[in-house]
Amino acid sequence: MSDLLLSIRDLHVAYGKVQAVNGVSIDVPRGEIVTVIGANGAGKTTLLNAAMGILPARGAITFEGANILRRPVEDRVGSGMTLVPERRELFATMPVEDNLMLGGFLVSASERNEQIEQVYTRFPRLKERRRQLAGTLSGGERQMLAMGRALMAKPRLLMLDEPSLGLAPLIVADIFSIIRDLRSAGVSILLVEQNARAALRLADHAYVMELGEITMSGKASDLAADPKIVETYLGIAAH
Amino acid sequence: MDSTILLFLVQDGVTNGALYGLLGVATVLVFAVTRIIFVPQGEFVTYGALTLALLDTGRVPGTVWLLLGFGLVAFVIELWMSRHELDARRIGKEALAKIVLPCLIVAATFWLAPMKLPPWANLLLALAIVAPMGPYLYTIAFRPVAEASVLTLFIVAIGVHLSMQGLGLLFFGAEGLRATPLSSTSLPVGPLVITGQTLSIYALTLVSMAALTFFFNKPLFGKALRATAINRLGARLVGIRTSLSGSIAFVLAAIIGALTGALTAPMTTIYYDTGFIIGLKGFIAAIIGSLASYPLTVVAALVVGIAEAFASFFASQFKEVIVFTLIIPVLIWLSLSSHHVEEEE
Repeated sequence: MSDLLLSIRDLHVAYGKVQAVNGVSIDVPRGEIVTVIGANGAGKTTLLNAAMGILPARGAITFEGANILRRPVEDRVGSGMTLVPERRELFATMPVEDNLMLGGFLVSASERNEQIEQVYTRFPRLKERRRQLAGTLSGGERQMLAMGRALMAKPRLLMLDEPSLGLAPLIVADIFSIIRDLRSAGVSILLVEQNARAALRLADHAYVMELGEITMSGKASDLAADPKIVETYLGIAAH
Repeated sequence: MDSTILLFLVQDGVTNGALYGLLGVATVLVFAVTRIIFVPQGEFVTYGALTLALLDTGRVPGTVWLLLGFGLVAFVIELWMSRHELDARRIGKEALAKIVLPCLIVAATFWLAPMKLPPWANLLLALAIVAPMGPYLYTIAFRPVAEASVLTLFIVAIGVHLSMQGLGLLFFGAEGLRATPLSSTSLPVGPLVITGQTLSIYALTLVSMAALTFFFNKPLFGKALRATAINRLGARLVGIRTSLSGSIAFVLAAIIGALTGALTAPMTTIYYDTGFIIGLKGFIAAIIGSLASYPLTVVAALVVGIAEAFASFFASQFKEVIVFTLIIPVLIWLSLSSHHVEEEE
């Protein structure tokens, strides 16, 4: 099991009395893209937020074999996992470059300089805009900046919450191709998406989440061919 | 009015302005890191001044009990806030910072106060008593609502101000006190006499302004503190400890406040509520500096100080009205000229 990067077992997350995530178990093997698909309100974002430590949870979360359930967010970033949240959460009144440099807050200065060059190579648009305030970027550029900022911490696991949300199809294609490149570069990905079609095409492994529970899981290509998934999530009737 | 009076007024204005500048700079600092409009900044002035004045007389100031109380309450709140992440190491660390440290300071005060130490040693002791109150206060009053809107934080700040002023009355009494000057040096310049005390105020104002401007704009750590105010969740997601950012801002604000008080105390009698009005003038300077620029805040504070000096000469009964009216044209100008950058709220 040493190739398991992140392992979540029997995770429960509640908002007061409302159980948003109920006994969820998922695995992210090293070097793979794993996706969690599901409708709005299924608990996907809650799951990611709990994995990152933004929300308190019950159950077990292990990252590279270490139990991180009670570690604060900042420690989890330091141990090699980052989250690109649905709302990006950028530093709007700071320039793009400062946003990126702060992404590398926990790595050494030399790694930070090395990393920012890589991010600029991956997202040339950010280099063009590096003096511009983050709050003045377009939606696609903000998503790139949020991903770039997360990559600055040299994560081994990158968690992405709805990276395609609100973006034009061409930009979505760009973002997804960058995610594929990241896997080749050795970063494992946990991707939460409503755009099930694109997510299943990209991922190695997939989970389907409904009402706070995992209802199906398997190889992404198998799920993409499953008549129930096709009908419910891919928006076309099964033939 | 002859030129000598003019010079006296300007000197008086610049000295007061430098004090307002210090507090304005602290107000900008706290806002830049926490989005809190820190009304109780002036209470640190009072606490610093009165603690020093009591130490000068060889008495143990009541602020030591306040420090102990703040520490204990902050400890309990800290444990409650981080209950999902607690382990023995964390509890030990918190106990050290919030229980052991104030106990040591109280013990040191009981030991040192009766010795009637020289003024500079008393100043250090007064700082040691007041400075930790900053981060304790942050933990008690602001950390639990750190995500709230600027308005909510402002209302909490007013509550904290009223409580701290009340506690000041309780621990220091209604009588005013004065402290011994740090230095008795004086330098005649033409008709004016510049004392060592005023020189140290000028120096402190300039150094704080320059140091804070540098710190928040150049090193990544300073930017990280600013990032905390811009987007708390974003800051946590890049690994910045946002509660630590708040504590750092508050310890700096408490030190600046207490130092201001300690430097003012030998020049004027300080009462339990004196700090508030000084702090309010610092706040006006900070507003003129858009709660963002340290040098602009200091310049504005000098304008406030000089305007006050001239107002008290020409129309002393309208002194405060004139000074506080300064803020209105500035607010109008700021609201007309501000560029709104979309924030993801």
